[in-house]
Order: sequence, then structure tokens, then C-alpha cells
Amino acid sequence: MAEPASVAAESLAGSRARAARTVLGQVVLPGEELLLPEQEDAEGPGGAVERPLSLNARACSRVRVVCGPGLRRCGDRLLVTKCGRLRHKEPGSGSGGGVYWVDSQQKRYVPVKGDHVIGIVTAKSGDIFKVDVGGSEPASLSYLSFEGATKRNRPNVGDLIYGQFVVANKDMEPEMVCIDSCGRANGMGVIGQDGLLFKVTLGLIRKLLAPDCEIIQEVGKLYPLEIVFGMNGRIWVKAKTIQQTLILANILEACEHMTSDQRKQIFSRLAES
Amino acid sequence: MKETPLSNCERRFLLRAIEEKKRLDGRQTYDYRNIRISFGTDYGCCIVELGKTRVLGQVSCELVSPKLNRATEGILFFNLELSQMAAPAFEPGRQSDLLVKLNRLMERCLRNSKCIDTESLCVVAGEKVWQIRVDLHLLNHDGNIIDAASIAAIVALCHFRRPDVSVQGDEVTLYTPEERDPVPLSIHHMPICVSFAFFQQGTYLLVDPNEREERVMDGLLVIAMNKHREICTIQSSGSEMQ
Repeated sequence: MAEPASVAAESLAGSRARAARTVLGQVVLPGEELLLPEQEDAEGPGGAVERPLSLNARACSRVRVVCGPGLRRCGDRLLVTKCGRLRHKEPGSGSGGGVYWVDSQQKRYVPVKGDHVIGIVTAKSGDIFKVDVGGSEPASLSYLSFEGATKRNRPNVGDLIYGQFVVANKDMEPEMVCIDSCGRANGMGVIGQDGLLFKVTLGLIRKLLAPDCEIIQEVGKLYPLEIVFGMNGRIWVKAKTIQQTLILANILEACEHMTSDQRKQIFSRLAES
Repeated sequence: MKETPLSNCERRFLLRAIEEKKRLDGRQTYDYRNIRISFGTDYGCCIVELGKTRVLGQVSCELVSPKLNRATEGILFFNLELSQMAAPAFEPGRQSDLLVKLNRLMERCLRNSKCIDTESLCVVAGEKVWQIRVDLHLLNHDGNIIDAASIAAIVALCHFRRPDVSVQGDEVTLYTPEERDPVPLSIHHMPICVSFAFFQQGTYLLVDPNEREERVMDGLLVIAMNKHREICTIQSSGSEMQ
């Protein structure tokens, strides 16, 4: 019993940090360390390597790599903090080493500044609303953070709100607004009265909101609909009849686990009927 | 944690859908969700999945002295627990109302209906009887806990085997499972609860409500019946119906 455990511990301690480039697309576990490209040569074969100091005045070639969700900087390496697949995105223009992040499955939302979310108004207190966004604390929303805010057009308790976080860190309760920096609503505010709200995983929302997502285009061709995606896993959808709304909700929930062929089959069957 | 509030939009949509006879998962009015029963390695351990609602049942037994006014009958003890992993709203101190209601319903359904023959649990009259203990744990809450719990309880009791006992004069011998095969409990009938949810003051009815439907329902009727068309328990709760 003790032997396999000690062998495993030895292999973990003795394993060198892997290069991030070779691990792209594979599953990584919390606690693994990853090397950035320019450090691979330094760590080369064996352990301590004696390198002659280069005396020419070549500028140190350091690229700026952005460390995304699921990764943390640890010394000069990347430490994995969530389990999932490692992904990389090349920089759009010019310098920079791109972004590395870990794609993981999660249903519980943690408020992040700048995220657009769907919240449910739970209480009015003083001159702020308390809005439940699915996190550990309700967010606060001021009466005045709507476009054209007057006493008449305030949301009531139980209404759905689409807004954006301006303050969201782990030490304070999050604050949200329904107005962008120019003072315009830009699609935010109280969401209409009908329609269905349902919850999905955070990974599915990110997939659906990707710029070139086919699912949304195909869904749009099926029925005319209104749809709002909240980064906290909530989707609000409204179509002409209740039956169509239910079909859309079930398709979106099932999309997570279907391949694109299965999806095309289902869409073509629905389009016929 | 407080449970997620139900928005006006969802409530309105659910009620309108029920008026048009549509349910969120495409079921008809009298359709049940898929029931799946799986057994553990021990006798008396089972997991029941009613859609996404999951209940774990475990039966155990012990030799104890009987109650003073029922010297020749065994003791049945039921306990349903709402685990914290079932729903964010279930916290150790906060679930009392629902818990008491469910426990009372379980007791009435299974003990008062005399589905287990308690006389056969007696070993030595007045001194030693078997105490059968049924522990039910709710692992995931997606509506209709009562039905899933009643199925789990009766399935676990039917699956359970108690150690064999023989009495010779004053001597009581308790055999281990290796010496003699364990003996099943004697069960007269199997009562199972069926829940009906009422909406709009009793105008609309749905069987096996899931969690969303339970939030908007007006009243709930639970009927426990067995195969012989006998009603074991009936309970109606909620606001008045017209």
C-alpha cells in the first residue's frame, strides 16, 4: 500500500514542468506547472545548465503573455488552478504572446467586472435594489442607473434585469448598472414580461456567445425569437407561442452535449414540421 | 444560502403553459418522469432516481427491548433527511417545516398502513424484538420528494435481509450471515405515494410536479395506494380550492 503511493509521489516531484505549447488542447489538473515558450530552451536537457553569459547588447526577447482564467503566475511559470483543457489564442496584432486559459465546466457563477448578466430583483432597500445574480451575494443596483430613470419606470420586485457589473471582487458585494459609460442603455434594463428564463452551464454560454457560433444562426432561421444571454448561466428566450419557446429552450439546453451532426439533424426535422 | 427567487416572468410563463396543457419537459398531464432504481452491495441499500430527484434509502436492524405497551411487536423507525447537496436552500438549521411534513407523511404511509408485519419481528416476547430503521437521504431536489422517498423506503425494505434467529427455551441464538442465510422481512403490501399538484385554485392538475412547477402550485394532494386498490394515506395541503 505504501509502495505505489511513494512511487507516485516521486514521479510527481520528479516530473519537470511541461511546456505550455505541447499541452494545448489536453486536460490539465490543478497544481501542474507550465513553462512559457521562451523558458523551454533554458530548462533544456538535464537540470542545471551552464550557459555562457551573452555579452552582446541584444534586447532581452520577452513577450507579454496574458494569463487567463484557470491559470496563475507563479514565479516565472504558470500554475494551473482549475481542471480542464488548456487553450491558447494568438495575439491579434503585433506584439504580445497571446492569451493562455483553461476551459473548464462550471455551473456556479462568480461575479466578474464587466460581465453582462441577467438578475432577478429580490428587494428594495433605501435607494438601491438587491438583485440576485447567482453568486454568493446579491448585487446592488441603484435606482438611477437606468436610462431615463424616473419614479414611474422603476423595476418591481421579481422583475428580470439585464445589466453589467461595475464593481465585482471577492471582498465586496458586487454592484451593477443598466447603463453604459456614455449614459445609454445599449440593450440593458428591464427584460420584458413574457418569455422563459432557464439556467445552463457557463461553458455553454461562452460557446453560444462566440463570434462565429452556428447554433445561434440556425436557431434564428427556425423561428423569430428574442433571446438574452447572461454570463451567469441564465438565458431568457421568447418566441411567438409557448410551444415554440419550449422547443427553443430544450434545444439550447441539449446543445451542450450534442455533436454538430446531431444538431443539424434535429434542426432539419424541426424545420420540416 | 437563500434559494433563488422565482421571477414574475417565470411564474407567468409556467402558469400560461399549464393553461395550454404544456409542461416544461414535454410531459402530458398524467405522465411520470422516468424512474430508475439501483441497488447497492449491502442488503437494504437502494437509490431511486425520479427524473433528476434522487433519494438514497438504507435499512438496518438491531435487537432491542420492545415498547412497554407493545411487548410482542417489533419497532419501525423512519428518518428522512434533506442533505445539503440536494438544493442550495437546504441548510442544517433551516429546513424544519418541510422536513417535519415529509417525515410525518412517511410515517403515516408506511407505519400506520401496517405494510410490515411487526409481530414477526418479535424474538422473545417482552424482552427482545427487532428494531428496523429506514434512513432516507435526499441527494438531489428536482421536485416531488415524497414519491421518490416512498418508493425508496418500500424498495429498501423489500430488499433487506435480517439475520436469522432461533429460540430454544431460554436460549436465543443469533446466526451470522455466514452460518445461516439472512431472512427477508414479511411485507404485506407495498404502499406508494402519488402526488397531484393543483394550479389556479384547482382548475388545472398535474401529476409528479418538478421543482419549477412546485414553486407555482396552489395545492398538493398526496395519495398513498397499494396494488390491491387500498388507500393507505391521503393528505391535502395548500390554499383552498374551488
